[in-house]
Amino acid sequence: MQGVKARRTIPVISELIRNKTFYLMMLPGLLFIIIMYYLPMIGIVIAFQQFNPFKGISGSEWIGFDNFKFLFQSDTILHVTFNTIVYNLVFLVTGIGLALIFAILINHIGNRLLAGAYKSILLLPYLLSWVVAEYLLFSFLSMDKGILNQLLHALGFDPIQWYSEPFYWRFILPAAYIWKNVGYFAVIFAAGIASISSEYYEAAELDGATKFQQAIRITIPMLTPITLTLVLLQAGKMFYGAFGDWGMFFNLPMESGVLYGATDVIDTYIYRSLKQMGDFGMSSAAGLYQSCVGFVLVLISNAIIRMYDRDSALF
Amino acid sequence: MKSKSNSNSIANIMLNTGFIVYSAICIIPLFVVLSISLSQEQSIFQTGYSIIPKALSLKAYEYILMGNSPILHAYLVTILVTILGTLLHLMISSMFAYTLSRNEVKYRNIVSFLVVFCLLFNGGLVPWYILLSKYLHMKDTFLVLIFPYLVSSVNVLIMRNFFKGIPDEIIESARIDGSGEFNSFVKLVVPLSTPVLATIALFVGVFYWNDWFTAAIFVENNKLYTLQFLLQSIMNNIAYLQGNALVEDVAANLPDESARMATCVLAVGPIIIAYPYLQRYFVKGLTLGAVKS
Repeated sequence: MQGVKARRTIPVISELIRNKTFYLMMLPGLLFIIIMYYLPMIGIVIAFQQFNPFKGISGSEWIGFDNFKFLFQSDTILHVTFNTIVYNLVFLVTGIGLALIFAILINHIGNRLLAGAYKSILLLPYLLSWVVAEYLLFSFLSMDKGILNQLLHALGFDPIQWYSEPFYWRFILPAAYIWKNVGYFAVIFAAGIASISSEYYEAAELDGATKFQQAIRITIPMLTPITLTLVLLQAGKMFYGAFGDWGMFFNLPMESGVLYGATDVIDTYIYRSLKQMGDFGMSSAAGLYQSCVGFVLVLISNAIIRMYDRDSALF
Repeated sequence: MKSKSNSNSIANIMLNTGFIVYSAICIIPLFVVLSISLSQEQSIFQTGYSIIPKALSLKAYEYILMGNSPILHAYLVTILVTILGTLLHLMISSMFAYTLSRNEVKYRNIVSFLVVFCLLFNGGLVPWYILLSKYLHMKDTFLVLIFPYLVSSVNVLIMRNFFKGIPDEIIESARIDGSGEFNSFVKLVVPLSTPVLATIALFVGVFYWNDWFTAAIFVENNKLYTLQFLLQSIMNNIAYLQGNALVEDVAANLPDESARMATCVLAVGPIIIAYPYLQRYFVKGLTLGAVKS
């Protein structure tokens, strides 16, 4: 600690020297988030440029809001926005709702071994990638060999061209989302249920409450903080396809253009304008639109949750 | 009393039936893919896919494992990416999270805010892509498959909360014994934190294993294809060819159906085999991440 007096004039440096090991340990991570998360924020200006990959950000021409004008003039952005929000709302309600129901029901299964087995099986799809899910789905929906069409044939119906009928995808996608994620949420809820003191249930039982009443009056209210945290975490990603895990929208329909009406979300739109059309300006304008709406959604949902339960809010 | 236990057992049977049906929905798709991969190509052509293979054949696996197919190479790349990525992620993120958990570090709150803010706002895909490809020159390199995911805000916050729970006295006493801060971290904190480190390792490992997106956006060299990306491009080529009867020679080079599905089985295999061991940690990890302390 020698020389502290001399350094007191520059507190930042004296702090850095005093805890130099800590700051050295922090350095790689800090550098990483600055490079990978904060530098791209400067790149947002691309949305206001006629970006030329060879000239880079500093050399490209400024065009003001033209990218946004083009973006919002097209119908695509409207239905893409609509799809993103509607799908995510459906996912949020059905995913978390079903998981809550599953967790409560699993808790009522007397046989611990069976309950454990169900939990592990439900969680399994969560570990598989959407690319693998694409294969699994294809084995059911393939036009000529798929299991579903064989079943329809056996029952005397005409086969369905699943990959060219947008209508069905409004149901297939939520089903796929639930299939993959419900186990994940259910396990979280099950852990929450396990932490509820059994005294509440014993007291309720003495008062003659049925299992159903116990679930409504005890379990669900006790799980509110977990539910709110989950909703908050998801709501922040509300404007990202499948809450950021948008591989589903990209892989499951196998990029079938006919299905875009039902399967295109803002992430697939951004990816496609970048990767297939090479339109940097438009896709970064769409990306900025996405980030800003997402940011506002976090603030709103956080404010709502703060009103309801201060402790569950993020900030 | 008797009628009550009776209705209870009926409810129990219904409950179990419901869960068995749902469990079947979770597993059967995997069995179908396995069955297709084990079927003779001929029988697939004649009768379509089925849950139980009609005529067994190991040809698809032979084709993949013996031939000079790109699958083995992709396997190697994916294994390397997963192991290196997970190790580096753990090292960098845990050191980072530890410093954010120590009260002595005066600027921990500012840095924590920087970490949390990443959860709320980001630059979007395009600036991210341009940064990595144009400014960091990582396009078509092995590094790009690992580098972008070395730190994740959520994981840092989870680890930080865990480290905060480690009693100060332990670290204090090590300091009195003359141990350096880094040494205390490696010798004391890390062993005490195996539950959280193992869980994060699992999540990150599964992420790297399942990642198709990075390769899809940055990789053109087929030596760097990852398993998931290979799977995806096989499937997409087929989708493309179905609309394009002209490119027959490309079609001839694609693996046949059972081989495709066998590739898929091989990609899932390690996860399924490890699943019984992973699962317990996973459940613990989900709880850790969800229940705020």
